[in-house]
Amino acid sequence: MSTATQPASSLASSASGGSMEGSAHPVARHPLDAHAPDVVRVLRDDGTLDPANDPGLRSDEVLTLYRAMVRARLLDERLVLLQRQGRIGFHIGCKGEEASILGSAFAMRQNDWIFPCYREFAAALWRGMPLQRYVDNMFGNTNDPVKGRQMPDHYTWKSGKFGSVSSPIGTQITQAVGFAWAAKIRKEDAAVLVYFGDGATSSNEFHNGMNFAGVFKAPTVFFCRNNGWAISVPTERQTASETFAQKGIAYGVPGVRCDGNDLFAVVKVTRDAVARAARGEGPTIIEALTYRLEGHSTSDDPKAYRPEAGLDSWRRLDPIPRLRRYIERTTGWTDAQDKELEAELDAELKAAIAVSEKTAAPALESMFEDVFGELPWHLQEQRDELLRGPRAKGHGH
Amino acid sequence: MPQMNMVQAINDALRHEMRRDNRVVVLGEDVGKVGGVFRVTQGLFDEFGDERVIDTPLSEGGIIGTAIGMALYGLVPVPEIQFSDFIFPAYDQIVSELAKYRYRSGGEYPAKLVIRTPTGGGIRGGHYHSQSPEAQFIHVAGLKVVCPSNPADAKGLLLASIRDPDPVLFFEPKRIYRAAKGEVPEGDHTVPLGKASVVRKGQHVTIVVWGAMLYEALDAANQAAAQGIDCEVIDLRTLWPLDIETIITSVKKTGRVVVVHEAPKSCGLGGEIVALINEKAFLHLEAPPKRVTGFDTPFPYTLEMEYLPLSHRILPAIIETARY
Ligand SMILES: Cc1ncc(C[n+]2csc(CCOP(=O)(O)OP(=O)(O)O)c2C)c(N)n1
Repeated sequence: MSTATQPASSLASSASGGSMEGSAHPVARHPLDAHAPDVVRVLRDDGTLDPANDPGLRSDEVLTLYRAMVRARLLDERLVLLQRQGRIGFHIGCKGEEASILGSAFAMRQNDWIFPCYREFAAALWRGMPLQRYVDNMFGNTNDPVKGRQMPDHYTWKSGKFGSVSSPIGTQITQAVGFAWAAKIRKEDAAVLVYFGDGATSSNEFHNGMNFAGVFKAPTVFFCRNNGWAISVPTERQTASETFAQKGIAYGVPGVRCDGNDLFAVVKVTRDAVARAARGEGPTIIEALTYRLEGHSTSDDPKAYRPEAGLDSWRRLDPIPRLRRYIERTTGWTDAQDKELEAELDAELKAAIAVSEKTAAPALESMFEDVFGELPWHLQEQRDELLRGPRAKGHGH
Repeated sequence: MPQMNMVQAINDALRHEMRRDNRVVVLGEDVGKVGGVFRVTQGLFDEFGDERVIDTPLSEGGIIGTAIGMALYGLVPVPEIQFSDFIFPAYDQIVSELAKYRYRSGGEYPAKLVIRTPTGGGIRGGHYHSQSPEAQFIHVAGLKVVCPSNPADAKGLLLASIRDPDPVLFFEPKRIYRAAKGEVPEGDHTVPLGKASVVRKGQHVTIVVWGAMLYEALDAANQAAAQGIDCEVIDLRTLWPLDIETIITSVKKTGRVVVVHEAPKSCGLGGEIVALINEKAFLHLEAPPKRVTGFDTPFPYTLEMEYLPLSHRILPAIIETARY
């Protein structure tokens, strides 16, 4: 544990008050330790910025990001409701992690790519995926970018230089490294940001990816959303290292930690990492200390493993109110403006949901498309057999 | 006898064996406090503590590799892979190591453990939470593969698997985790590995099936009966080694066979069963054996009910075979 003196801010109380029941040792790697001296923080509690690390965002940029964060939050809440009503099958959200996701996506340049884990729909939307397409994915309808083949929240957006979501943990990490490495081989100025959770750092692919990227100086930004949990398993069950950032040492990859609920800090460290990559100096690992405010997904109930008490401190660190205090101070943003924004976003969401819900399911024969570039005989045979019927009852086909 | 669903029966088997044999340990992702994402290990953490019910880091290769090590030392590990779709990061450990330990060490190091893993579709899980990869393990020498279809078998087969001297892959059809209910014998109850069960006796067509599709096959058999076709339904229970005797005995009686499985058609276990029937009972066949299976596409999300070989696809195959 970092022995830094306890800071006198409101965050300090959270750092002690939130320590997990039953955890043998409150260690520095735990995200509640956002005050360790090596953690980059910019946005102070009073809404001012630390000039030492201020990324210098314009106020219109900050407002656009605030808007995107609120939009992500509203989407999360609405999609959980839809799942509870049985209208969609699943949702995996980013509540509490909006600053990590949007700050890092924002910091990437236009020619850079993003390889997602599964919690980063806000980054896909930021990169230009239309809201309608995202909601179509939630319904798995015929306009879903992945044609109803994958679960909700498993979208793709190539024209936005955004990868494709897979469920198996960690698989995107080596792929992102290979992608970045290819850009380097082709002498193209493109970096790749790859998202993953703290749990993924235990996977084979994390270690392979870090090692390859280090050896080949692939322009990769490893972005670990340390949100405290891998489903029910807390961070200290994933690693005995003090921090996730320091895992880079073994691979020759510099690591940096930042307050993942501080938009400015996330932008700052991600921009630095991209600049390093662009200079040809290779990969960086960023550990963004954040927190998963909700369950792992709509299939999970965190009450079984997570003491409710620990959450309060994290609710106080919620990235959205923190940014809200900043924009209020700098632009005089009002509650009325928030209400207006929410109403506007809400109307946009409702309209998209109404359209997606009415859009037809993918055609039966679409099941056989894209398995191969061309349809081989056995799939033609199987497709014709399916089309001849009979149909499963009560499933709308 | 108490009524249980599959989840409760498997939990009961684990608890029973952990009480009986303190070498048995459970390990995997989320198996501890939360009791597994399907709650199959619920309550075990409270009873046996964190040295016997172990939440591991998120690494299937790590889970199986360390479980092999534990087994070599003399523990009896029952690792859980959260979904059978996520077994592949551990594939090398299972195929190159676990399956070959006894053979490669001249019998010195029998590595035995039971890998439990939920399998199959029908739960709106998309292709990463719905696959049926059993054939990929059957193809590997040295592994046994089990797939129960009801609570009593689930308990009995799991206890037999844990006590078996060889490594076992124990596939749990998650679509019927809670839907399949029934009486489960209390205490020590084993079902021998390698023995199929004839769930329905019949004269005209043999249906070979396992796991969740058993209920679809029975439904189709009942519908066929209304048309005067009397089906015999065989639930394999142990997929490998196969109870070929029960199958052949039945085929010799009916002369007609339909094999049903969720996994894709090509190179599936269905193909192997048909080949064995051809080798051992060719002259008894009255019709070409048929397979009703998943398609050779990745498992789809929205169209999953069209992908699965449900009764509406099994029935026409029965009729076609019967009328051939
Ligand atoms: C290879 C593999 N094993 C297990 C799972 C099941 N699973 C899905 S998410 C998850 C936890 C992931 O935690 P983390 O990497 O920290 O990301 P977070 O969800 O916290 O963002 C697990 C175990 C999976 N998807 N893939």
